This record gives sequence, C-alpha cells and structure tokens, in this order.
Amino acid sequence: MERKKVAENIWEIPVSHKQGMRVPARIVASDNLMNNMDEGVINQITNVACLPGIKGYAWCMPDGHHGYGFPIGGVAAFDTEKGIISPGGIGFDINCGVRMMSTNLTEEEVRPKLRQLIDGIFSSVPAGVGKSGFVRLNRKSFEDIMTSGATWCHKNGYAFESDLDHIEQRGKIPGADPSAVSDKAFKRGVDQMGTLGSGNHYLEIQTVRFDEGCDRDIAEKLGVREPGQIVIMIHCGSRGFGHQIGTDYLQSFGGAMQKYGIKTNDRELACAPIGSPEGKAYFGAMACAANTAFANRQVITDSIRKCFSKAFEKPVDRLGMSLIYDVAHNIAKFEKYDFNGKLTPVLVHRKGATRAFGPGNPELSGLFREIGQPVLVGGSMQTGSYLLVGTKKAEQLTFGSTLHGAGRVMSRSRAKRQIRGSNLQQIMEKEGIIVKAASFAGLAEEAGFAYKDVSEVVKVVDKVGISKKVARLLPLANIKG
Amino acid sequence: MGFRILEDIVSGDFAFEAFGETLEDLFSSCGEACFSAMAELSKVEPRIDHSIDISADSIDDLLVGFLSELIYLKDAEKVFFSRFDIKIDNVKNSLIAVARGERIDYNKHEIKVDVKAATYHGLEIKRHEKGFKVRVILDL
Repeated sequence: MERKKVAENIWEIPVSHKQGMRVPARIVASDNLMNNMDEGVINQITNVACLPGIKGYAWCMPDGHHGYGFPIGGVAAFDTEKGIISPGGIGFDINCGVRMMSTNLTEEEVRPKLRQLIDGIFSSVPAGVGKSGFVRLNRKSFEDIMTSGATWCHKNGYAFESDLDHIEQRGKIPGADPSAVSDKAFKRGVDQMGTLGSGNHYLEIQTVRFDEGCDRDIAEKLGVREPGQIVIMIHCGSRGFGHQIGTDYLQSFGGAMQKYGIKTNDRELACAPIGSPEGKAYFGAMACAANTAFANRQVITDSIRKCFSKAFEKPVDRLGMSLIYDVAHNIAKFEKYDFNGKLTPVLVHRKGATRAFGPGNPELSGLFREIGQPVLVGGSMQTGSYLLVGTKKAEQLTFGSTLHGAGRVMSRSRAKRQIRGSNLQQIMEKEGIIVKAASFAGLAEEAGFAYKDVSEVVKVVDKVGISKKVARLLPLANIKG
Repeated sequence: MGFRILEDIVSGDFAFEAFGETLEDLFSSCGEACFSAMAELSKVEPRIDHSIDISADSIDDLLVGFLSELIYLKDAEKVFFSRFDIKIDNVKNSLIAVARGERIDYNKHEIKVDVKAATYHGLEIKRHEKGFKVRVILDL
C-alpha cells in the first residue's frame, strides 16, 4: 500500500491509491498503531475519500478499526451543495456517545458501598437484549423527546437545568423531523427510554488519576479535583429507535442513489445529496434519534443519582453529582471550517469519532469557550478511560474531531474463545473491579485484551495536538449491557 | 444448510457464512445465525408465530430485508426466533414466511449480545454446485 508519513503520527494515502478517490485519506497513528492497523480500515477510509463533495481529507483516528461503510474512527466533511449525507458515515447507533458525571465522594468512601451501588443501578437501569425501561411514553410524548431531547428530561423531572449546559448543543439538535421517522422505529424504541443496551455499552464507577502530561488546571475547572475522586461514565446511544432509522434509510437510499446517479464502492455507503428531499428526511430522522439518545443518557443519569442518594443517605445536591459533559461520537453535524481563508459550511460525519472544539469556538459557551470542549474517551472496562479537551488545532486539522475510545483489535468471537465471562469477572474482581453483566458471553467479548492500549491512542492525539489530556479514569465497578 | 461464524472479518460486529440447498434453506440458516448471536438457539422453543411478507429490488436486498424484519420484531415484540418456514419467489424477489419462537426469557435463553442491524457490507448471495451461500455482517 502506498502511504507516506506527512507529519509525526499522521499518514497519508494519496488519491493514486484507488480509482475514484477525490481527496487523499489521512490516518492519525503512531508507527506501531499504523503497522498494526487492519487492512479493512485502509480500504474503507479510501472508499470514503471517493464520495461526492468530500472536502479536505478523509480522516481516520488512531482508535480506528474495520466496520462497515466508514471505518470506526472515520471523519469526513461534505460540501453542503455538492456533497452527500450517508447513514454509513454515522452508524446504526445514532448518537452513541459518552457522558461523565462528577461526585464529591472519594474512592475510600465508595469502595465499601460498591456492591450495593452496582446492584441498585443494575435494577434501575435495564441492560441487555430486549429490556424495557421504566419511562412510559406514547406517540406524542415520544415525538416531544425526538424534537426537544434533554430539554424534555428537564421538563419532566429527570434533569437539573444546569445539566443542559453540559451537553453537546444542550442535548437538542435542531432540524429534528418526527414525520421522517417510521412507525417501526417508533414501535421499536418507545419502551426503551432509560435503558443501557448491549454490546460495548456500559456504565462505570471510576476513580480519577493524573498521568504525566495531564492538565490539572483544566481538570480543576471541570470539577475533577483530586486523585481518588469518584466519577461516573455512561456509554450508550439511541437504542432500537436509532437502529431502525439507520436500517430504514439505508434501504431507501439504494433508490435515491439510482435517482441521483451516485455510485459508491460499498452498499453500506449508500447516500443522498444533502439538499435532496431524501437527504433532508434522513437528517431530520437522524436528529430525532440523536435527541432521543441525549434524553436516554439523561434518564439513566437520573436513575444513577437516585441510587447514590439512597446508598449515601444524602440528597443528590450534597453528593456533587454534576454533569461534566455529554458528547456524541456517531453523528453528522453542520459546522463551518476555513477553506482557503473562507469560512465554509460543511456536513461533518463522525463515526466512532468525537467532536473536539477548542477554546474560543463560538458554538461553546461559558467555561468551555475558555478551556475547550470536554472529550470523553471510553476505553475498555479493564484498562480505563480518559477525559480530554478539544483544541484549536483539531478545528484546523481534523474538522474539530478526535478519537472516541481505545478501538478493538480482536474480534468478539476470538475474545470469547480466549476467556469465559465468569473467569473474566473473577480476574477483574482480583484487580479490584466489580463487574455485573446482563450476559456472561457479552462480558467475555469486552475483555481488555480485545482493545488497543487506550494510553497509546490517547498519547497520539495529545501529541498531534487535536486533544489535550486532562485526567485518566480507572474502573472500580462496571455494568455491562 | 447451516452457518459458520467468521472470526476475523470484523472486530466489533458479527460475521457469518450461511449455506442452503435452496434459497429458502439459505434464508433460514441466516435467521438462525442472527438469533444465535443473541441467545442459545436450542433453548428457544417455537411457541409464537409471526408472519412476514416482504419484497425487495434484488434477492440480496430481500435477505437484508428479511433479517431486518426479524431484528425489528425482536425489539418491538420482545421475541427470539429459532424456526423459519419460508417461501421465496425469486422472480419477484418477494417472500412470505412464518417465524417461530418465544418471548425473550433471561432465565431460559442464555442471552448473549444484541443485534442492532443487518448490513449490506460485502453481502452477495452466490450459487454453487450444492446450492447457495452468503456472507453476512450483523451490527452488534
């Protein structure tokens, strides 16, 4: 494969690599990560580079791995007039994302109550295949969630007003159009509000560490003050509602591609022009799913707060359980970037990649405009996660984007053959991590060895300058869907 | 007929290759593979019937449509399926089917991982001397 290192930790695959490439592809990776990057990533990111209206480069982040359509870790910006929107550049789990909440509790205070906490949360946040949530919705209230997202949660007692300031776009993406959502999507998602899901989705009680290079001043401003402070991380998305919207539009975009004369190298890259009726309908439906995912994570937050309040016999406001941030990593958004000195609107697709706006970005407000937007990196349940912030450099280089997790290196079935879920649970308990899973088979698939080294991928984005390291978060207890 | 799991095609998702002497057998094998990702199939008894009647632009699309319908019913009706009676019209690319299974039971079905969707990624039904085969990737 033709590739050249254009800067430290940045690799370029030129347009000559594949017929039809409109722009070069670029991969953010260390020598080691690049040498071990699976061939599927190269094939998929160069397929993305062939899509109509793509601008700059087709990027892949260091946690990238082979998916379908876009690789996981893929980022691409499309011209709003000549470009396309593709469900395969967002993923079926629309607005899969991560949220992080602080507490004023210490590891010492929480350890004796971990089992009680995890049992309580496991009961109040349904996890796994086919589980229903506790929030009863009808068509009207569900449509309200589709258009107002986390705001619905505030109106209905699941959120503090201050929570909304700590969610990407205040948990309410404009342009949501419930008329673009099928009856099937409604029926599939209506009883799943406040549920965790399955696969790599989790809910984790974590303790703070500061590695070398972490910016403790920024950490302090975000409410992450001391090593050993307890924080909580949630990783999930729009559940069956979003999955059905992805399914519906992927099927209907086959016809749209014929209509508009678009050809792609992979049927999973099915797309429609951004301004076409089909493209607008998908954006409207996608925004409904994105808002529903923000609401889902907020309802889960409310359940967790109640469990902590019960375990510590204190009201939530005395436990310091403030939202640090909530950010999507499967989404498409209209943003503006500098092309040849001209600020130009584009539709940025991020699939397994996180928005990483830097200080001064006009879309951020308050503290975040001063320090940059928090970036939440969910690692594996054994090796830990990271809190980072976005940078100006990310806005200049990668369309304001960075990594989203550690990135898988091993298939689920191979991981499952290497370890039994019950053994993994025992090993993790010896490491001081309590884990409760909806499925033992599902647990084995998420073993730490199935992922890249999260510290290595984070080091790469920190060195390239598209994010800045703030704190490392080690797992104490984990609920796996 | 039957299926085998492909271990190293995709890291985060579920890839399998399915076989069938007829298209009906092939589609049945795919349905079984899909639910074997979510539960222990031998524990799912055929107690509930669901009728499926769909058509598509091509036979490949019909397979994705069939699996998508099963995945939808799994969430909307909370059912796992283990048996399939299928009749395919491969001129019209349409099928009528009865999927049989039972309501999801955590105490009985040895639950595994949820399937979010059937993908078109690399999907192509191929004919060979003994029948048909196809490679499918499910999003988990």
